[in-house]
Amino acid sequence: MTRPGTIGWLALHEARLSWRDWLYLITGGHSRRAVTSGLVFIVFVIFLHGLAYLMVRSSEDLAGTADAQVLLVITGSLAMSSSLMLSQALESVTRGFYARGDLDLILASPVSAWRLFAVRIMAMAVAVAAQGLVLAAPFVNVLVWFGGAHWLGAYAVTVALAMDAVAVSVVITVALFRMIGPRRTRLVAQVLAAVIGAAFVICAQFAAILSFGTMSRAAALQSAALVELAPDAGSILWWPAHAVLGAPLALAALCGLSVIALAGTIAVCAPRFGRLALAAGAVAHDAHSRSRRPARFHNSVPLQTLRRKEWVLLLRDPWLMSQTLMQLLYLLPAAFLLSRSFYDGGGASSLLVPVLIMAAGQLGGGLAWLAVSGEDAPELIASAPVTRARVLRAKVEAVLGGIAMIFGPFVVVLALFTPFAALVASGGVAVAAGSATAIQFWFRAQARRSLFRRRQVSSRLATFAEALSSIGWAGTGALAATGTWLAIIPGLIVLAIVAGAWMISPVRTPSLI
Amino acid sequence: MPFFSDGPSADTMSESAPLALEIRGLAKRFERPAVDGIDLAVPAGEFYTLLGPNGAGKTTTLCMVTGLLKPDRGSIAVFGIDALTDPVAAKRIMAWVSDEPMIYDKLTPMEYLDFVAGLWTVDGASAEARARGLLDWLGLAPHAEERCESLSKGMRQKVALAGALVHDPKLIILDEPFTGLDAGSARLIKDMLRQRVQAGCSVVMTTHILDVAERMADRIGVMAEGVLIAEGTLDELRRMEGSGHATLEDTFLALVAKSAVE
Repeated sequence: MTRPGTIGWLALHEARLSWRDWLYLITGGHSRRAVTSGLVFIVFVIFLHGLAYLMVRSSEDLAGTADAQVLLVITGSLAMSSSLMLSQALESVTRGFYARGDLDLILASPVSAWRLFAVRIMAMAVAVAAQGLVLAAPFVNVLVWFGGAHWLGAYAVTVALAMDAVAVSVVITVALFRMIGPRRTRLVAQVLAAVIGAAFVICAQFAAILSFGTMSRAAALQSAALVELAPDAGSILWWPAHAVLGAPLALAALCGLSVIALAGTIAVCAPRFGRLALAAGAVAHDAHSRSRRPARFHNSVPLQTLRRKEWVLLLRDPWLMSQTLMQLLYLLPAAFLLSRSFYDGGGASSLLVPVLIMAAGQLGGGLAWLAVSGEDAPELIASAPVTRARVLRAKVEAVLGGIAMIFGPFVVVLALFTPFAALVASGGVAVAAGSATAIQFWFRAQARRSLFRRRQVSSRLATFAEALSSIGWAGTGALAATGTWLAIIPGLIVLAIVAGAWMISPVRTPSLI
Repeated sequence: MPFFSDGPSADTMSESAPLALEIRGLAKRFERPAVDGIDLAVPAGEFYTLLGPNGAGKTTTLCMVTGLLKPDRGSIAVFGIDALTDPVAAKRIMAWVSDEPMIYDKLTPMEYLDFVAGLWTVDGASAEARARGLLDWLGLAPHAEERCESLSKGMRQKVALAGALVHDPKLIILDEPFTGLDAGSARLIKDMLRQRVQAGCSVVMTTHILDVAERMADRIGVMAEGVLIAEGTLDELRRMEGSGHATLEDTFLALVAKSAVE
């Protein structure tokens, strides 16, 4: 047993909470789901390994000779992983400040606050590293199997990058707190997390569009022009790539520097966290959250009133903004490709069709969950003189209206030079968003809006059905845009998936909406 | 208060006027019977309080009246309107306030009241006038344009109450409305409810604060294990229990204990 109040004791406390939290996330609070979840996880791991094998088998050099081409691809992959880890770390750190949880209890106790925050920063590093490892492991394992044990260095590099990401995130958040105050920090950090998370992928896609007229990131990383521009193999820029390839010196340097960066950040920033967390907590009680203009009363019918409320709430929530912003950012390359197509005759515009459909499905599912399940005042709505059908209709209209506003401009521009692709895209966007909305409606389960990030816990089936439907409609759209009748096959499969979801969806009574 | 109507008209208050709330044989079962065939009648213009220990079925009863739960059997009529066959018409003249404020953190009190007025199709101009009057009365005018997330629990409860009153209901149903309120706010709301009753509005309220029931209620119903075990004015309840000058607390505890023994 560790002594209460020590770092070890706090770490055990945090580990226990994290473990139970993770278990809940997997099982949704139903212990009998544990076995099923375990089996699904094993199948998923095998699937990821198969996918990784298919992706790396075409590589001519699985042993990983440290030439410019290999170093470039590895460095590019590391940059992409880093941007995702940094995004995740930034969100975790911000959440650590603002989500109160047990913070008030601990800050009010005689336990030293810096110890708690030191533990929490380390816990964030562990969480970020764990997620990075889950995604990297299939690729690393395949490379180790076919290329050699030296690829194991990639595991250490992933952990090192996670430590760096958390250290940088802590520094950024503390700096933001000092520069712009706790109220703005929350929004700015969330937006920053979304932008950083998408930045590398988007930049690579922009480069690919400019160079090759496609949206393939691999095309940009493997281009001969970039290889020519790359520095010598001995450059310090390649050290992380050398570390992945198992070079002992590079690996030791990278890991050592990362440990120093995280330890230094903890030493400098953890003592300040208590004060900053108190400032963040005060945001909720701060009387400055005034509306910019006085409320204007409307002469509107309940349908309009409900739709307006949904849109206002969606626009005002920083947590939700960051969740949807990244999905929207991924549309930027699509918009860029569209604009280029406009000038060169629309050759590549059909590539956009699946991208738009996929994004619409994902966004539609998220917005539908917020509108249908994430109702914060269900009793108010249920006690209002409006039928349940009209309430649901208003919510569905709010979701599909939002989708139409976002994707409408894309489809209109596409229609200017490829009317057929625009027709397919508009149909695909409508059915993808409609299917995701319907699935959320069938599997609705009342929850606080703030639980948006965990919406998948209430129903794994809904999550899978929604993902499969979006992917399936995107595939159908991709084929349909080329004019082939084969598009009917994936279309029918998706219809079967959606119908299956409807058949197994629970009848939830009593429902408040 | 100028922002309210004068309540039900003289016609509706006549002897032939329907009851504000009439419940017959209402029942709801979860794992065990939560409400077990109760009958209840609240005349227009009455302040009726439902008392009972935790789990007695008070909130379940009110949830069925307001359309939040579907009864297994029984009937509910609000001013003569069958709330089960025509719930929209019944809800139009009812308001529901729960112990947890039903508001949106990201809306300001004024925006919230605009939303509620829109649900009850109150026209914009009169809704705004009523909303401003209510917020002023409840001491929330300085916070009218601040988002509800920055308000204290008591303030949020007052916003929820303003939402219940902005459409000028004839029947107000309240479930533990004084939870989390300071003495001043509680007094304000009690005064407001009494004024609404004097104007002809009917109030049905659950509370665990027996002092409030003793001072405010015209009649008191006592529930235990899903059944209405006693009903009447305070004096009638005392007589029922056989203690002439006991406090409501003594009378209530004796009635509940007697019911448990039986």
